[in-house]
Amino acid sequence: MSSPDVSPALFVVGASHQTTPIDLRERLALTPEKLAQLHDAASRLAGLRELAVVNTCNRVELYGVATDANAVAALEQEFCRLSGLDPATFATIRRLADGSDAIRHLVAVASGLESQMLGENEIFGQVKSAYEGAQQRRSVGPVLNRVFQKAFQSAKHVRTQTAITVGQVSVANVAVELAGTIFGDLSATRVMLLGAGDIGEKTARAFQSRGAGSLTVASRTLARALELATEFGAVALPFEQVGQRLHEFDILVCSTAAPHAVITHEAVATALRRRPAHPLFFIDLALPRDVEPDVATLENAFVYNLDDLARIAEHNRAAREAEVAKALALVGERADSIWRQVAPQASGRIEPR
Amino acid sequence: MDPSIDRFWFWLAGACYFAGLALGTSAVLRRRAHSRGIMNAIVVVGYMLHTYALYLRGVEVRGCPLGNQFEIFQFTAWSATSLYLVVGTTFRISLLGYFTSMLSAALTLLSLSVPAWDAEHRINVFGGNAWIEFHAALALFSYGVFGLLSLTSILFLLRHFSLKNKRLDGTFAFLPSIVDLDQIGHRLLITGVVLLATSLLVGASWWMRNPGGVNPVKIAVTASIWIAYAVALTLRLRGRLQGKRLAKACIVLFAVALLSLSLITPRRPVSGPASVPSQQP
Repeated sequence: MSSPDVSPALFVVGASHQTTPIDLRERLALTPEKLAQLHDAASRLAGLRELAVVNTCNRVELYGVATDANAVAALEQEFCRLSGLDPATFATIRRLADGSDAIRHLVAVASGLESQMLGENEIFGQVKSAYEGAQQRRSVGPVLNRVFQKAFQSAKHVRTQTAITVGQVSVANVAVELAGTIFGDLSATRVMLLGAGDIGEKTARAFQSRGAGSLTVASRTLARALELATEFGAVALPFEQVGQRLHEFDILVCSTAAPHAVITHEAVATALRRRPAHPLFFIDLALPRDVEPDVATLENAFVYNLDDLARIAEHNRAAREAEVAKALALVGERADSIWRQVAPQASGRIEPR
Repeated sequence: MDPSIDRFWFWLAGACYFAGLALGTSAVLRRRAHSRGIMNAIVVVGYMLHTYALYLRGVEVRGCPLGNQFEIFQFTAWSATSLYLVVGTTFRISLLGYFTSMLSAALTLLSLSVPAWDAEHRINVFGGNAWIEFHAALALFSYGVFGLLSLTSILFLLRHFSLKNKRLDGTFAFLPSIVDLDQIGHRLLITGVVLLATSLLVGASWWMRNPGGVNPVKIAVTASIWIAYAVALTLRLRGRLQGKRLAKACIVLFAVALLSLSLITPRRPVSGPASVPSQQP
C-alpha cells in the first residue's frame, strides 16, 4: 500500500442483506483463504493505504483508506474475482460511502441497527473480529484504528442508551428468556424435546447454547429420537415413557405432529404432585397443540404456545423499532464526533462511479 | 440529652427510605429499571442514620430501645433493612431494595407520625438483664426477617401473576425468577423461625425462674406467632403449602405479627419524655 500525495479518503464498499438476495449473498461471504488472498492483493494496490474487511453471512464490507478512486475500483474487482461474482452484478447490489457517511454506517452496523434482526448482539463481535484480523495483518493504520476503536465505544453507547437490544425477537430465544424468568439459572434445568419439529430443534439448540443442564429427546419413532439425541449430545427417551417421567423434567419443548394433545392435564397434575416446589414450563410449538389448554390452570405449570411466543417476539421487535430513531440520532452524533477527529487525515472523497 | 434529638435522626432515616420509595415508584411508573447502585446507596445512608438514631435512643433508655410501640416499629424496620443489606446484595434481587424502602419508610414514618406511641420513654426496660434484652432484640429481629419474607412473597405473587397472564414487559421485566424468589423466601422462613425460636427459648428460661414477671398475653401472642410460622414452614417442607398459598400466608402472618406488637410491648417502669434527661448517666 503506497502513499501518494493525493488527500486520502475513508470509504466503505460492500453488500449486505439489505440489497442482496440470498442466492447472491451465499456467494458473497469470503472463506478465510479468500480473505487472506484479498488482503494480499490489497497490499499490492497502489493508492490503498488501509483495509479492514467485515465478512459475515449477511454482509461483506470493505472499509479502507485510499488516495485514489481507482484503487477502490481495483479492490472491488479483486473481491468480485475471489467471490466469483460478476462485477456488473456486484455493481447493482453494492453500497459505497465515504467520509462521515462511512463512519456513520460502521457505527450503525456495530450497533446492530443494520442487522437483519434489529439490535442483535452478534454483529458487534463480528465487527470486532474483523478489526482484530486486520490488526494482525497490519492492514489498518492511524485512520481505521481510530475509526474502529471509536466506533466500538459508540456502538456500546447506543446499545446502553437505547432499548434496541432489549427483549428477544426470535421464538426460540423468547422461550429461553422466559425459562430464565421461571428458573433463573438454567444450568440446573432438565429440558425435554418432545417431537422433531424444526422450530422445536431450534429452541432446544437455543437452550443448549444458553447452558441448560441436560437435554433429553423423545419422538414417536425411537430411531428419530436417537438420531436427534446423537446430534445434540443428548439422551433419547421412548415416547411411551414421557407421561410417567414428566416429573423428572423442568422444561418441555413440544413440537410433535400428533393430531391431538399428548400432554394431558392429569399427567401434569400427577407430575407436579411429585415435585411440589418445582414449576414445569411447557413450550408448546406444535399445531395442533401438544399440551391440553387446561394444563395452564395448574398453579405451578406455565404453558406458552407458539402464538404466545410470537406475540412476545413481535412486541419486543416493535419496542426495538420504536427506539431506532433515537439510536440513529446517537449514531449521527457519535459519527460526526469521530469524523472530526479523523478528517484531517482522511478528508478526500471517493467519487461515486 | 434532648429527647427530640434522636427523633430528628429517625426522621432523616425515614426521609432516606422515602427517597428510595420515590425513586422506585418513579421507575415503576416509567416502566424502567431504577439504578440498583443509587437505591442501595439511599438504603445504606438511611440505615446508617437509623442505626445512629437507635444508638442515641439506646443511650437514652439505657438498653435496647424496645420500650414502646414507636421503638418496636423502628427496630423492626431497622432489622428488615439489615437483612436486606445482606440478602439483597448477596442474591441481587431486583426490586427488593424498592420494597424494603417501602416497608422501612412505612414503619418509620408511621411510628414517627403517631406521637402517642412515643409518649412514654421506658428507662432500663429490661432491668439490666442482658438475656431478656437479647431475647427481645432477637424476637424483633426475627420480625424484621418476616418483614423481608413478606416483601419477597409480594414479589413472588407479582412474578406468578406476570407469568400466568403472559405480561412480561414493563416493570414485570425487572422481577427476579420465580424459583429464585421461592428459594429466598424458604431460607428467610427458616431463618425467621429459628431466630424467633431461639428468642423464645431465652425468654422461657427467664420465665421459668420468674413465672409471675411476664405478661401471659405476651407469651401467648408471641408463641402463637412462632407456631403459625413454624406450621407454615413444616407444611412447606412437606410440600403441602407451596407457591401462591405460602406467599399469601406469609403476608397475612406478617400483618398479624405487626398488629400483635401492641400486645407485646414491655410493661415496665415508665418515664415521660420530660423526665428523661435527668435520668441520663
